[in-house]
Amino acid sequence: MIRAENLVKTFGDFTAVRGISFDVKQGEIFAFLGPNGAGKTTTIKMLTTLLKPTSGTIELDGLNPTLKQKEARQRFGIVFQDPSLDNEQTAYENMELHGILYHVPRKVRVERIETLLKIFELWDRKDDYVKQFSGGMKRRLEIARGFLHTPKILFLDEPTLGLDPQSRNQLWTHVKRLNETEKTTVFLTTHYMDEADRVAHRIAIIDHGNLIAQGTSAELKASTNTDSLENAFLALTGDSIRDESASSADNMRQVVKMWRR
Amino acid sequence: MSAIYILWLRELKRYIRSRVQIIASLGQPVLYLLALGFGLGPVFQRAGNGSYVQFIAPGVIGMSILFMCVFSGISILWDRQFGFLKETLVAPVPRMHIMLGRTLGSATVATVQGILVFIVCLIAGFRPHSWTVFPQALIFMAMIAITFAALGTAFGSVIKDMQGFPIVMNFMVLPMFFLSGALYPLSHLPNVLTVITHLDPLTYGIDGLRGSLIGVWHFGFALDVAVMAAIAAAFLSLGAYMFSKIQL
Repeated sequence: MIRAENLVKTFGDFTAVRGISFDVKQGEIFAFLGPNGAGKTTTIKMLTTLLKPTSGTIELDGLNPTLKQKEARQRFGIVFQDPSLDNEQTAYENMELHGILYHVPRKVRVERIETLLKIFELWDRKDDYVKQFSGGMKRRLEIARGFLHTPKILFLDEPTLGLDPQSRNQLWTHVKRLNETEKTTVFLTTHYMDEADRVAHRIAIIDHGNLIAQGTSAELKASTNTDSLENAFLALTGDSIRDESASSADNMRQVVKMWRR
Repeated sequence: MSAIYILWLRELKRYIRSRVQIIASLGQPVLYLLALGFGLGPVFQRAGNGSYVQFIAPGVIGMSILFMCVFSGISILWDRQFGFLKETLVAPVPRMHIMLGRTLGSATVATVQGILVFIVCLIAGFRPHSWTVFPQALIFMAMIAITFAALGTAFGSVIKDMQGFPIVMNFMVLPMFFLSGALYPLSHLPNVLTVITHLDPLTYGIDGLRGSLIGVWHFGFALDVAVMAAIAAAFLSLGAYMFSKIQL
């Protein structure tokens, strides 16, 4: 469903992703793990047409997203690391706007919005402005929105960042359920190893732009002789802390924090 | 097409829902109209140019449309910071449609604001030379709105944070307003100012609006329409180009 071959991305003389290859099968939940600055978000951006790869090929459902951008976009849904909702509109309006942008026919749209908002327990709040929502509710709405156009692939870039255990737990339950009922392929990144362990069928670990390990959680533990995914991860990527310089995205997050009540 | 519609509708909803902002943005035109209109009125009259409120009202309407458009354009910045821009940019929709939806939405909102200011002007004592000219005035309002909404989109696509906003205001928008003949007649100006005012796109929009409303033209209907249409097309292309270059 998702295939990357020798994917490379350079920014000036900095190489963020150094020739990674992987293959995600249909209906699989694939976790993409790595320390900060390892190249996770850059990879997701390339897979989702937001960045052009410097070299290498990508295939999404048999399509090259750099050439067939529009067709590829129709096939996936994405939940970004940062919220991307319209705060000044209601939950329902956000869903509807998405449905229209993704060409979901009116009848299907109305039904699916109702189903998804009910699954994600937001139906009672559908007419409230998103700005009144808590972080967990916003995330749920974004994921519900990502499923609206029945994508074949759903990308989740650190979807549980900053959520409490209850919200995280509930969110993954819903994602797993939709993965089973709708056969949606899920590609996710997270810093919470227990989540990846619980949810993902297969895991890939990226560090310094290189894919250093790939396999099921059990395989990764076995190959590193560790008893938990967290220890396997640390064994593979080392203990040193990665200090990123503040990017424009970090600055943006600060501004957003400041402007929020 | 439906993408253009839904993004146009979004701009409208945002406008209607922020009633406080509507009132607040009426403050500045009212101030210009009352403080300048009545303050400079006697001097203007003594110079033999008639009523200054009559003269300045179309300028104030044009100003409020210009400002509204630029503020709407800047809302791209907010959408960038609050993330909504990404949602539209990864949708399977040509960026051109997204840009058009936003820009036409801003233009519609600005035109509505222009009509509100027109009503305020009427309350302040402004009288158009005939009531049948309103449709023609509306065309000029819409043209000013589309032109500067497109320019606003271009600005919003280029500047990345709020620090860029004062630069746009002080070096582009305010000069465009003060050098447009919104506040003073264009005849008998010093040569340099004559050249600059003739280069200012807003000049033709305000002249068209003033001509339509009080029947005093500097350039004439045909020239104003032609220049505004050309500039609107140019700025729309510029806005679409800049918008297509946005990187996240």
